[in-house]
Amino acid sequence: MGFPSPASGRREKPDLLKKELSLTDVTELSLAEARDALVKKEISAVDLAKAQIGAIEQARALNCFIVETPEKALAMAAQSDARLASGDAGPLEGVPLGIKDLYCTKGVQTTAASHILKGFVPTYESTVSANLWRDGAVMLGKLNLDEFAMGSSNETSYFGPVTSPWRRSGSNVRLVPGGSSGGSAAAVAARLCYGATATDTGGSIRQPAAFTGTVGIKPTYGRCSRWGIVAFASSLDQAGPIARSVRDAAILMRSMAGYDPKDTTSVDVPVPNYEAAVGASVKGKVIGIPKEYRLDGMSAEIEKLWAEGIAWLKAAGATIVDISLPHTRYALPAYYIVAPAEASSNLARYDGVRYGLRVPGKDVADLYENTRAAGFGKEVRRRVMIGTYVLSAGYYDAYYVRAQKIRTLIKRDFETVFADGVDAILTPATPSAAFGVGEKGEADPVEMYLNDIFTVTVNMAGLPGIAIPAGTSSEGLPLALQLIGRAFEEETLFSLASVIEQSAPKIELPPKWWA
Amino acid sequence: MNTHAKPSKLIKGATGDWEVVIGMEVHAQVTSKAKLFSGASAEYGGEPNTHVSLVDAAMPGMLPVINEECVAQAVRTGLGLKAQINLRSVFDRKNYFYPDLPQGYQISQYKSPIVGEGIVTVDVSPSEQIAVGIERLHLEQDAGKSLHDQSATESFVDLNRSGVALMEIVSKPDMRSADEARAYVTKLRTILRYLGTCDGNMEEGSLRADVNVSVRRPGEPLGTRCEIKNVNSIRFIGQAIETEARRQIDIIEDGGKIDQETRLFDPGRGETRSMRSKEEAHDYRYFPDPDLLPLEFDQAFVDGLAAHLPELPDAKKARFITQYGLPAYDAGVLVADRETADYFEATVSHAGKPGGAPRDAKAVANWIMGDVAAYANSIGSPVAQTHLQPAQIAALVDLIGDGTISGKIAKDLLAILITEERDGDPYAIVEKRGMKQVTDLGAIEKVVDAIIAANPDKVAQALAKPSMLGWFVGQVMKQTGGKANPQAVNDLLKTKLGL
Repeated sequence: MGFPSPASGRREKPDLLKKELSLTDVTELSLAEARDALVKKEISAVDLAKAQIGAIEQARALNCFIVETPEKALAMAAQSDARLASGDAGPLEGVPLGIKDLYCTKGVQTTAASHILKGFVPTYESTVSANLWRDGAVMLGKLNLDEFAMGSSNETSYFGPVTSPWRRSGSNVRLVPGGSSGGSAAAVAARLCYGATATDTGGSIRQPAAFTGTVGIKPTYGRCSRWGIVAFASSLDQAGPIARSVRDAAILMRSMAGYDPKDTTSVDVPVPNYEAAVGASVKGKVIGIPKEYRLDGMSAEIEKLWAEGIAWLKAAGATIVDISLPHTRYALPAYYIVAPAEASSNLARYDGVRYGLRVPGKDVADLYENTRAAGFGKEVRRRVMIGTYVLSAGYYDAYYVRAQKIRTLIKRDFETVFADGVDAILTPATPSAAFGVGEKGEADPVEMYLNDIFTVTVNMAGLPGIAIPAGTSSEGLPLALQLIGRAFEEETLFSLASVIEQSAPKIELPPKWWA
Repeated sequence: MNTHAKPSKLIKGATGDWEVVIGMEVHAQVTSKAKLFSGASAEYGGEPNTHVSLVDAAMPGMLPVINEECVAQAVRTGLGLKAQINLRSVFDRKNYFYPDLPQGYQISQYKSPIVGEGIVTVDVSPSEQIAVGIERLHLEQDAGKSLHDQSATESFVDLNRSGVALMEIVSKPDMRSADEARAYVTKLRTILRYLGTCDGNMEEGSLRADVNVSVRRPGEPLGTRCEIKNVNSIRFIGQAIETEARRQIDIIEDGGKIDQETRLFDPGRGETRSMRSKEEAHDYRYFPDPDLLPLEFDQAFVDGLAAHLPELPDAKKARFITQYGLPAYDAGVLVADRETADYFEATVSHAGKPGGAPRDAKAVANWIMGDVAAYANSIGSPVAQTHLQPAQIAALVDLIGDGTISGKIAKDLLAILITEERDGDPYAIVEKRGMKQVTDLGAIEKVVDAIIAANPDKVAQALAKPSMLGWFVGQVMKQTGGKANPQAVNDLLKTKLGL
């Protein structure tokens, strides 16, 4: 063991495992530590599951879970213990995880946090969650999110907002965990699970990870199968983990990733042992610093965080170069055309005919209107309307086609700097720290959309991006940096991210005010 | 291409002649085991909603995966239509809401279809051939079926057909009459059946046509067209065109204007009626399906399929003319159905008796197109699927050819093969039943002499009117039980009567 777990603030705990572990103590372990303790039989999978189930029960005020599955968790944990005993253990054997409620889970309600899917129980398991169960992981339940993953604060969920376990120093104001994977990020930060699945369409893994002091990676488009994950914007959606450390994220990535013949956009390249890249030397790596990410009016603390990140990587032997990604400023507007366009079509299947909510009407058009008006929340309706508009006759060329051209230019920007020898790009992850529930986007949705300003380019280009906690705001809230890599070179990101993780000051989660 | 109709095809109106211009979109169900994007069975029939996968029902998170056999079928069809094969094509989503369209969109090909321009040669009559241009062929999903007749208050949906692969084959507006349109669909169906890419079964909905009809004064620019949706028989296609052309002519001649719209043909009432106007037309919001990468394959894939393509009707017809010396008409009739053509060839090439004369292919064609086809029609079966074997027909033709039986006796022999001795050997039947014709001139002469002697009045009549000869032939045949060689009888009578 002895691997530092930065988000926990504990660099060493040599005595912890030698003692009898109390149920609360085990929730403090990193995923890697829990995994190793299970293999060494210092703890049982059932005990780990019980500890997490207890923590989840105490944390209901945070509203992280839409569905808790304690019985399933205990049953799976018992099976894990049997396999651990017989020597048939998988790489994640006995590790309890949370699953974003965008992943279809066989026999367990899957809603995408939408009223329209309330009560929907899939008869099938998403490929990515099935990969986790194949490797021995244990399911704790389904995690809250923004409805259909549309949001940056987890406030659009039909099941109510998630509250971040973080608080500003000396304040009781409820903060958002970010979104859309807000439940995943908050649950990991509050130690309700050792890791969680998440999805990222424009920043939905990285922004909530940044807001909650956790590590989140959006892999290369095509690295993980999208089969069985409720679609938001098919050309941008990608599954990835949120975890307590870079190593934990690497461990989860290895199980989640892989080619799937059921998703023709998934790519058949071998899945490396990402964990081996954690802690590897970054000497000689070339890190690009894009000038276009230095926004007007950027806060001094974000500037400082970025400068520190540069210094840490330089100190570890990386070379820093200034680069230009000239089409960056068009990324957000183009994203808010492409993503709603695809969403408007992807969400057409929720029509009240076959499953989910049905609100009857006098004829079929009425049934559609009633069902979709009652079933979709305001933000989803807004994006369906935008998407329908930009695809309609007479507007398609002006909006959708131009947005796709911009997307090509953004991709080319990245290709150019990578061709020039840049290995990864360092940027801030978000323009600010977490904000309060209800503070943003009420009057102007664009205010909320601006949260994704540093992250959407990565989705538009299909590249991998990772958010790593790197410091705190003046109010004591986590701030994060983002590293963007070449396609299918997630290993480079894990190596560089672990340098930042090692170098950054450790940030302390407030005491468990929610318990 | 025939840009202008022959005068004979023009339609007479109250104020002069009109030309009808027709283009067609034919939806042909691809012959394949599984659907276009799911592994579910594409078989026709089955209890409602038993051939439905999670993808076909558009469950959350489901993704389409292209069925390569459907791609191969589309390429084969493109080759059969002598069309451009596009090595890169794109699947788009056509968005609209309907309960039998579970995804809320149909996956189709809009801007980049798998097959581009081609051409079909169509026989309108034995003496008239036209060329109909193919604009494009694209792959798309079929929708499910709404059932409105199961309950007074509810409609039901059967998704068995949802996701089945269709080829939409779009013609250029190259047809100028209902006959041409009928002939085009007939030829297209023949080509698809030869290729094995669509069974062409219109009753089961495997082949349906949307017919675009407009009228104009000869030589003038194209008129406004109306699209008649989903016509499901070749006969109805003809009726729908004639009805619609007449409707449009009447409107224009009454000083009205044609509205571009979608119409339905009601065969019961013999009319077309408006379904939706241009203003009510859907905005389908086409865009490339982000779940599917562009469909790409190489020329080697196309060449591989081309190498195994069957002989197509046009080539077969040409070969029948040169190889068997058949008239173009006969060759055209025989190749219209691949199995009939094969039946013909099997009959022609069936081994005859050693030392026998070569079989007359024209005679074989006559029998197959004549008495055999008539029998097949009477039992509602294609020729090749009757119990009559090529070997039997070959023997029958050989028996005539070597003078063993007459053509008339051959008809009796066929009747025996159809009724009493269905798997009988014609040689054995002729032998057993004493059906051989009498070629012994002495024996025939005796009969001829006797009849002439007994009928002096008829002899006198025959001398005045040589067509009376037939009466004498009939008498001879009657007395010989039809077995006398007709040629010998004729020759003898002529000599004896001095005609």
